[in-house]
Amino acid sequence: MTAEPVPQAFRLADVAPAPGVAKPDPILVAEDVTKSFGGLCAVQVGRLEVQRGAITALIGPNGAGKTTLFNLLTGFDRPDSGRWSFDGRPLAGLPAYRVARAGMVRTFQLTKSLTLLTVLENLKLASMQQPGERFFASLVRPLWRAPEEDIERRADEMLARFSLDRLRDDFAGTLSGGQRKLLELARALMAQPTMIMLDEPMAGVNPALTQSLLGHITKLRDEGMTILFVEHDMDVVMGISDWVVCMAQGRLIAEGQPASIGSDRAVIDAYLGAHHGRRAGGWA
Amino acid sequence: MDILVIVADASRAAFGPVAAIYALAAIGLNMHFGYTGLLNFGQVGFMLVGAYGAAVAVATFHAPLWAGVVIGVLLAIVLALLLGIPTLRLRADYLAITTIAAGEILRYVYRSDFASPVTGGVYGLTRFADPLYTINPIPAGQYGAGRLTYSSQALWIMVISWSLVALACVLMFLIIRSPWGRVIRSVREDEDAARSLGKNVFGYKMQSLVFGGVLGAVGGMLLAFYSQAVQPDAYNPVVTFYLYTLLILGGAGRILGPVVGSVIFWFILVFADSFLRQAIDTGFIPAGIIGPTEVGAVRFALVGAGLMLLTIYRPQGILGDRREMMLGDR
Repeated sequence: MTAEPVPQAFRLADVAPAPGVAKPDPILVAEDVTKSFGGLCAVQVGRLEVQRGAITALIGPNGAGKTTLFNLLTGFDRPDSGRWSFDGRPLAGLPAYRVARAGMVRTFQLTKSLTLLTVLENLKLASMQQPGERFFASLVRPLWRAPEEDIERRADEMLARFSLDRLRDDFAGTLSGGQRKLLELARALMAQPTMIMLDEPMAGVNPALTQSLLGHITKLRDEGMTILFVEHDMDVVMGISDWVVCMAQGRLIAEGQPASIGSDRAVIDAYLGAHHGRRAGGWA
Repeated sequence: MDILVIVADASRAAFGPVAAIYALAAIGLNMHFGYTGLLNFGQVGFMLVGAYGAAVAVATFHAPLWAGVVIGVLLAIVLALLLGIPTLRLRADYLAITTIAAGEILRYVYRSDFASPVTGGVYGLTRFADPLYTINPIPAGQYGAGRLTYSSQALWIMVISWSLVALACVLMFLIIRSPWGRVIRSVREDEDAARSLGKNVFGYKMQSLVFGGVLGAVGGMLLAFYSQAVQPDAYNPVVTFYLYTLLILGGAGRILGPVVGSVIFWFILVFADSFLRQAIDTGFIPAGIIGPTEVGAVRFALVGAGLMLLTIYRPQGILGDRREMMLGDR
């Protein structure tokens, strides 16, 4: 599936395919981010820039440090060193909830649907404009009824958009794996982020639902959202991303257009081993 | 054997002041465990600081009773902050270990020799709630029907404590169905998901710990006022486990769970006690099998066996929903 070319993707066309390369309009800039677990250096990223309004895929073999990098950037784990800024604001050292409030919202590889909340409640929870989430305000219903109606209207629109509306009042725990992925994406969007970070959004999702998720993601990009996602399925990566970043052993080893990344020597070495013969046509 | 006496004894306990007080403390525990997922094994510690806060202020420092009540509540807030700040960022099990230890540390400090000029040591303090009984509007005497009667003092404490139980239930109802309650339940389901949606999980857990702890402290205070005495060994860890027992019996994560649980718990406990005593008196159970002195232990064994059956056949409790329970386990 090929997305309509968008301005941001065009602007990436002139960017040289080199690890850590500067982008014309970066929303996220990370520098010298390192993290080691014991003796193992999990992440050692010199520089990473993520283009605003584009879909950037983060690929790499298992254990490359993709999820760890996600955890560091979103405040779920503390780095040994490094600084990064989002939309010009330094984010390093902020707790996860403040990163989310800054507009950078993530999802998880293993879905975290809130089992004993209904689908609707899952979405309503994600709103950050509810004064009734404060202890004393919560006791006075008139203080939060109007925003609650607003939030519910937005949640219902979101449910319709992701075809989850008939599951509205079911417990999230009753949903199938694929539906949970949809719910998690919808919930992240309810938080009205400027950038979403999706950790393996297609893992465990059937092909039909994958197509639907891909459609949602490209549509979000077309509406101006910045998307960074980790993915193993190369068809998915090639299909929707505007830019691909490849990690191996904690480092950025390559960046480039999806069409060219598959023939990058460093990428092939990382996936197949340095001694493997070069394969014709890049990805099989 | 007179079944009417047994039922009257059991009913007196089921609706009496102690059942109301346990219900109140268990509502606090329901906030912690049932809604927020905090494993607080030291609820008795909150009851202790509430009871002693009021008792020490009045009996040792001659403060007015209302000031004692305020001090008891403030001490519960301080205890919640002291327990929560180091442990709420850690995994749930650490809070469990810390709270059970804190409850025991408190009990040993309050009963120690060096504290006895203030706390009365192992003997505790007595007769500090007189002002509460002088404003008792119920004339002296026994009230009730047949064998089910209460003294005017017990009735007065019942009025106060069941009113507070009702108030606490209304508060819980309002707060749990509010957006605040939605965040609290999301913390119980998955902390990281709540964090990823911009919720300050630590702050919410702390608010829950303080609110539930204050309810426990008020319960402890009422218990002290009812018996006109505080004695450190009455606040041993077993009390917390009774609270868990009746909470799970009634249904954790249900507004009325602790109330139903407390009534039934005390009914069954006293029913077993009264039944065994009568059975031994009338020779229905030969004295060689259970003697009168063993009744206290045997009734708990029976309650324990009943609880085991409950957790096997109705793990969600009386008001719980089995379907939800199963979802939670997935």
